[in-house]
Amino acid sequence: MTTTLLISILMSVAGAATPLLIAALGELVAEKSGVLNLGVEGMMLIGAVTAFAVAVTTGSPVLGCIAAMAAAAASSLIFGYLTLSLTANQVATGLALTIFGTGVSALAGAPYVGITTQTLGLLFPPSLATDPIWRLVFGHSPLVYIGLLLTLGVWWFLKHSRAGLILRAIGESDMAAHSIGYPVLTVRYLAVLFGGAMAGLAGSYYSLVLTPMWAERLTAGRGWIAIALVVFASWRTGRLVLGAYLFGAVITLELQAKAAGFSFFAPEFLSSLPYLATIVVLALISAGRRNARLAAPACLGRPFRATA
Amino acid sequence: MALILEPRREPSRAMVLAAPLIAVVATLVTGAIAFTLLGYDGFGAIREIFVSPLLSAYRWQDLLVKAAPLALIATGLSIGFRANVWNIGAEGQYILGGLAGTGIALAAYDMEGGWILPLMIVCGILGGMAWASIPAILKTRLNVNEILSSLMLNYVAIQLLYYLMRGPWKDPMGFNFPQTRLFTDWETLPMAVPGTLIHIGVPIALALALTVWLLIARSITGFQIRVVGLAPQAARYGGFSAPSTTWLALMAGGAFAGLAGVLEAAGPFAQMVPAFPTGYGYTAIIVAFLGRLHPVGILLAAMVLALTYVGGDTAQTTIGLPAAAIGVFQAMMLFFLLAADILVRYRLVRRRQPTGAPAPTAAGVPPQASPDTLAQEARAEGVAA
Repeated sequence: MTTTLLISILMSVAGAATPLLIAALGELVAEKSGVLNLGVEGMMLIGAVTAFAVAVTTGSPVLGCIAAMAAAAASSLIFGYLTLSLTANQVATGLALTIFGTGVSALAGAPYVGITTQTLGLLFPPSLATDPIWRLVFGHSPLVYIGLLLTLGVWWFLKHSRAGLILRAIGESDMAAHSIGYPVLTVRYLAVLFGGAMAGLAGSYYSLVLTPMWAERLTAGRGWIAIALVVFASWRTGRLVLGAYLFGAVITLELQAKAAGFSFFAPEFLSSLPYLATIVVLALISAGRRNARLAAPACLGRPFRATA
Repeated sequence: MALILEPRREPSRAMVLAAPLIAVVATLVTGAIAFTLLGYDGFGAIREIFVSPLLSAYRWQDLLVKAAPLALIATGLSIGFRANVWNIGAEGQYILGGLAGTGIALAAYDMEGGWILPLMIVCGILGGMAWASIPAILKTRLNVNEILSSLMLNYVAIQLLYYLMRGPWKDPMGFNFPQTRLFTDWETLPMAVPGTLIHIGVPIALALALTVWLLIARSITGFQIRVVGLAPQAARYGGFSAPSTTWLALMAGGAFAGLAGVLEAAGPFAQMVPAFPTGYGYTAIIVAFLGRLHPVGILLAAMVLALTYVGGDTAQTTIGLPAAAIGVFQAMMLFFLLAADILVRYRLVRRRQPTGAPAPTAAGVPPQASPDTLAQEARAEGVAA
């Protein structure tokens, strides 16, 4: 009995952590190239509504996930064009993208409120996951495995690939990278697009896996938590997984405590736990190392313009 | 014959003023086309949102009432944005201002007297400042990025509101609805113009915006704010401390947002309800930028954004435009403004033949900013900051 409960809690943690992890991976790559995109929440919402609409229309949740990535990446291009080509302020543009994504998703999603669709389902046949322990291995949504594979991929890309090295060089010193001939803006565009696609995929998790439905502001600030995770992880891929699963645990705690009718704390307090936890974690991580700033890419948030 | 962007020697003052107008016009045109393509009456939507409210005396009152909190919050935010302090927690500070005022109103429910309303307003201001002091402490003591901490507190403030409405502050005679009692006459704002919707919050907002204009333009404090945002190292050398500017910026943001909150609670709402947060705290960010972080510009921009609320309400009933369309219009305005801002620092010229002098190879730093483009120019600090 306790094993079953423990397993179901662990399953729930992995589920809650996955969209945070995927969105944070995208933001990590963008930030490593020197671009601070605060539009993650907006792009996630665009992804979530696109995934749901496409899944309802075509009957294919997989197609929904792909469309979510495409739509969110397209919205990240607005951000990319403004900040990279037009050197607009990245903080303000990112906020604008979040406001835009919130509005567009509410507008596009209005016809889909109150209906439900087929969820993404499981990756492995259920027969593999009958035993509780095996359920922990085989019983997840495909996106849980994809999130972990993506982590490996991003880690390898940033740490061991030549392209990743160039991307990091551009994030640390865009002028130097430019002067030895690396295409600063092209790389940053690609990094922003990757961030957009990941935010879209993370968004699709909310509308096709966690709850097979659409509602306005479905992602409820999780995009911001993903951005905070990148800070928490000190821009390191491995710690991103740790952070995402830690927050998955906090969110699970909130849901389990509510489900159990645990009345010592008000449900509103439980609902604000993930946000309070973010603040506490940011405080601990920033206070622990006075030079946390050093972990951030040196060119983060700065405009770059090379004249021909 | 391609057009290219060429850096200007000095930022164009004309473009600083023209960019918001370009942004509004571009939003109207793009919005009309986009909503037509989406199957709505796009041009009708533009007319209903941006023109028809201006033709009705009653809607003018509504416009002023909605512009007042936007202008107040944006004025407070603009002080922070000038100093490169990114307080995006105005929504939460607005809620806390409303809640603090409500707390006094409920405590003084059986009492009478002219002191109640001023006390509510003072407590509302303090409530907004208290909420803003959390990111300020975290930033100055622990170096926590204020963007993330102030934003997270918005979500917490909403939960606090829900908790108070569901539990301790629920109207005992309210048929179990999650809302407070109606405020008494001593606890609601008097009208500035009798017989209209225009409460005294409207002239208060106007007066405060103009006061801030004088403060920024004439005082040492205003100078400090501008210098710290523009050149942090020079500011340190000159003896202006970054922590004190962070505090000043966040306290100003919190005080103005808190004031806006208590004025809304004691004015149009006249009670506290779960639907109190209407996104003014986020819209005010757009108002601040569209108004060029200048108090007079902010007053005008607040009217434009108030139009989207008032006109959006009308367009919902007359042509069935969804409420969410308002947010899209507002975001488009900010997008176009940010795009048009490049014309402040660059000009469009025809591409010259490569026979001329060799062009510079890299110019990562745009030319010097004028104070009006401070925040746009100011480079975002890393999130680790």
